[in-house]
Amino acid sequence: MLEQKDFGTPERISDADITLEIDGMWVSVPRGTSIMRAAAMCDVNVPKLCATDSLEPFGSCRLCLVEIEGRRGYPASCTTPAEEGMKVRTQSPKLQSLRKGVMELYISDHPLDCLTCSANGDCELQDMAGQVGLREVRYSGRNHLDLGKDESNPYFTYDPAKCIVCNRCVRACEEIQGTYALTITGRGFESRVSAGKSFMESDCVSCGACVQACPTATLQEKSVIEKGLPEHSLVTTCAYCGVGCAFTAEMKGEEVVRMVPYKHGQANEGHSCVKGRFAWGYATHKDRILKPMIRSRITDPWREVSWDEALDYAASEFKRIQEKHGKNSIGGIVSSRCTNEEGYLVQKLVRAAFGNNNVDTCARVCHSPTGYGLKQTLGESAGTQTFKSVEDSDVILVIGANPTDAHPVFASRMKQRLKGGARLIVIDPRKIELVDAPHVKADFHLPLKPGTNVAMLSAIAHVIATEGLMDMEFIGQRCEEKAFQQWRDFVSLPENSPEAMEGVTGVPASLVRGAARLYATGGNAAIYYGLGVTEHAQGSTAVMAIANLAMATGNIGRSGVGVNPLRGQNNVQGSCDMGSFPHELPGYRHVSDPITRDLFEHAWGVHVQPEPGLRIPNMFDAALDGSFKGLYCQGEDIVQSDPNTRHVAEALSSMECVVVQDIFLNETAMYAHVFLPGSSFLEKDGTFTNAERRISRVRKVMTPRAGLADWEVTMQLSRRLGYPMDYRHPSEIMDEIARLTPTFHGVSYGKLDRLGSIQWPCNEEAPDGTPIMHVDHFVRGKGKFIVTQYVATDEKVTKKFPLILTTGRILSQYNVGAQTRRTENVQWHEEDVLEIHPHDAEDRGILDNGWVEIRSRSGETVLRARISERMQPGVVYTTFHFPESGANVITTENSDWATNCPEYKVTAVEVKPATEPSSWQKSYTRFRKAQHELLTSS
Amino acid sequence: MDMQNLIHMANQIGDFFETIPDKEESLSGIARHLRSFWEPRMRMQLLEHVDQKNGEGLKPVVLEALRIHRGDLFAN
Repeated sequence: MLEQKDFGTPERISDADITLEIDGMWVSVPRGTSIMRAAAMCDVNVPKLCATDSLEPFGSCRLCLVEIEGRRGYPASCTTPAEEGMKVRTQSPKLQSLRKGVMELYISDHPLDCLTCSANGDCELQDMAGQVGLREVRYSGRNHLDLGKDESNPYFTYDPAKCIVCNRCVRACEEIQGTYALTITGRGFESRVSAGKSFMESDCVSCGACVQACPTATLQEKSVIEKGLPEHSLVTTCAYCGVGCAFTAEMKGEEVVRMVPYKHGQANEGHSCVKGRFAWGYATHKDRILKPMIRSRITDPWREVSWDEALDYAASEFKRIQEKHGKNSIGGIVSSRCTNEEGYLVQKLVRAAFGNNNVDTCARVCHSPTGYGLKQTLGESAGTQTFKSVEDSDVILVIGANPTDAHPVFASRMKQRLKGGARLIVIDPRKIELVDAPHVKADFHLPLKPGTNVAMLSAIAHVIATEGLMDMEFIGQRCEEKAFQQWRDFVSLPENSPEAMEGVTGVPASLVRGAARLYATGGNAAIYYGLGVTEHAQGSTAVMAIANLAMATGNIGRSGVGVNPLRGQNNVQGSCDMGSFPHELPGYRHVSDPITRDLFEHAWGVHVQPEPGLRIPNMFDAALDGSFKGLYCQGEDIVQSDPNTRHVAEALSSMECVVVQDIFLNETAMYAHVFLPGSSFLEKDGTFTNAERRISRVRKVMTPRAGLADWEVTMQLSRRLGYPMDYRHPSEIMDEIARLTPTFHGVSYGKLDRLGSIQWPCNEEAPDGTPIMHVDHFVRGKGKFIVTQYVATDEKVTKKFPLILTTGRILSQYNVGAQTRRTENVQWHEEDVLEIHPHDAEDRGILDNGWVEIRSRSGETVLRARISERMQPGVVYTTFHFPESGANVITTENSDWATNCPEYKVTAVEVKPATEPSSWQKSYTRFRKAQHELLTSS
Repeated sequence: MDMQNLIHMANQIGDFFETIPDKEESLSGIARHLRSFWEPRMRMQLLEHVDQKNGEGLKPVVLEALRIHRGDLFAN
């Protein structure tokens, strides 16, 4: 098992060191370090119970007492700072006696069931009893041993009989997670940890921080209770959101016992959320398809076949289609849930074996505008900062993102900084949690109308430009002058003022002016944004407008500032880096660039097409016009996740060979002719690159359940298409990526093992990576301001469609839900609902929890209504985690002008009470049932 | 591919580049964007629409860009 040493109290950073003597050893530590930590640094482990190095010292257990020469009494080493020249003794007969007395009191109110306790062997109370030499308990009387367990949470139990009231769980909930769901109720003997109600009914978000902090079996993973303690562990990276948390997969043989957040993980620093910490059971879910399958038509039963037969069939079909319809009639899609190495291989397969550039990634439908917008303005298609940078922010501007639900571990870090005094601006149509959370309040919430981000950002820019709030020195040194002048002239126009834009955005000008002044003058200001910025008809324009703001105020190139796209999935950044877009080779180099093509042609031994290929929505259109007939789709569920489901389904139905590689028979697989069983993140080696450009290792902890890892399947398909690839391990794929990609030149598995993770660019200039970009100059040389004219979306509200639907995700579910729906997370969210403002509901006679029909120009579906004041009047909201909801039956094909990223966030709809499922839902249910029968009859 | 969709997308591109104060920059920006991001059959179909239907439905700035920079749309 990987040891994660606990130093008892957090690290302190100081320019000055102090030196002290502990048990005869001299040790130098940063000023502010506790005696307990100083002792631990020289391997002197002072007994402790209420202290752990992820939490501020508390000084309640009285076990860590020490003696200090020249001082009276026995101070607690956790709360006493080390001082210069101090002489400390951690062991003496008196200290031993005191500690034994404390332990005796603890144990007198603790069950003596160590041998059958789930924490046997992993219990700090047990360890301390042994360490202080406790041999008897003389006290009896009232105790808490008969208190009942709270087993309401699906993932962990709370057993108050085992609680020593050390407060670690309460402090973890406050200090690390920032939810304040737990408290200590009662006083003296009556003191108990409490969530107020049961854990499931409480505000607890199941992040697991309390379980992690608990020194006993009081808060314990149910998986450990069921399976016992793990016997080995490996560090790997979470397969959910773009935070990319590091976990230790704690194992028994090939069975995961628990996933524990890794305290040395540079993205998460020991924290987790309910998905990464607990929702990994999908990997062994009974729905996994473990045999390759083929069929000639989608109305035929599936036939289980060998890997060889399935791959032979797929290859022969692709060859047949190309012979009949031309080289450009097939293509590939790779998911951002796949590793870098898998993404690289799929684009290589398409470019080298298919011989075209028809490759795309699901980043198309989320953050492609980020790639475009940041490349144009700053010169690199990536966020500028490290997550840790937020600790130096004075002002945080969150626009179009809901971090507490979608990027919860980073949200906790952000909340810590906000509690420490940073100011907050939220620009979002909804009153997201950050607007008014425990101990966190937004200074400004600008509840704009969906689709008006660019108008809002221009209005903010107007204030900054016309009130003299720009950083002219930064602009003069770092940015193109002509472009800046054009931008300044544009944003200074009266029509871009907050007053003029008030009618567009719906936000009072005074609020916009206040927010703009705060952003420009409040110190280090950082912008965090999400899909609420990108998934619009002007997604790319909004990204450029954000970059303009950062440049105009000099908020770029140092810690605490910057432009920070919060990526939706674990490897959105990586899939884009790997050349998965149809116009770019790895490293964001356009396919028309002859020097880049020459590099890859030389390495791969093939001709690379100089023309961009089809994007995902273009593939659908081409399929419907008969010129695109075959698709290799790895890990992506385009039927559920892409807009206008009917359109997607029709496109797939018109193809002659759809090959789906996935761990489940997803919605897209119902339209497939070949199913290749995929492997989960636990079954393969590779790397993910998170939202801060951090490349982290994914490590195989179990054998691929279907026999082959995904990268092996792609290689075998490629060989059958006449282009053999012979990698023996994903590390060799990364070596090739590093050779061919300047920003990855210094990356290797060896270095990743050594450093833990690496933020690219990593090359000769930055051998250990680049936490913060654009420090002295922009990647493109000078930063380029770009004029960002607001253009109203074509998706207009009308009398027939008077409301705007916007979509998003919630904490417990993830994207299309294929993973989280197959875990106990459904206990928090078992169906998608439509959130609607009370006024809109009342106008339509809609009752809370009643069925409603949502109809758009694309289609209609029926969901339950949830009446919510989080919504503004005129705006409704839903999630898309369940296929039967049909959220994307309603969304339209409108898309971002530059990238075709769908306009998920703006769909004009009407909502009315309903009594039965929509016609689409009925037909979908029939289709799904039929497909299931075709599977079971195989 | 659906011609109306291509026209719509081209006009959206026009909306963006139209605001660049320098007219030539604006026109070449439209052409460069199409060249960089549109697959050849999409560009070809758009040009056919210009030739056969006089670019009906296209914004003037897009039509002008296509006519002036036609040769650049397939340059290597």
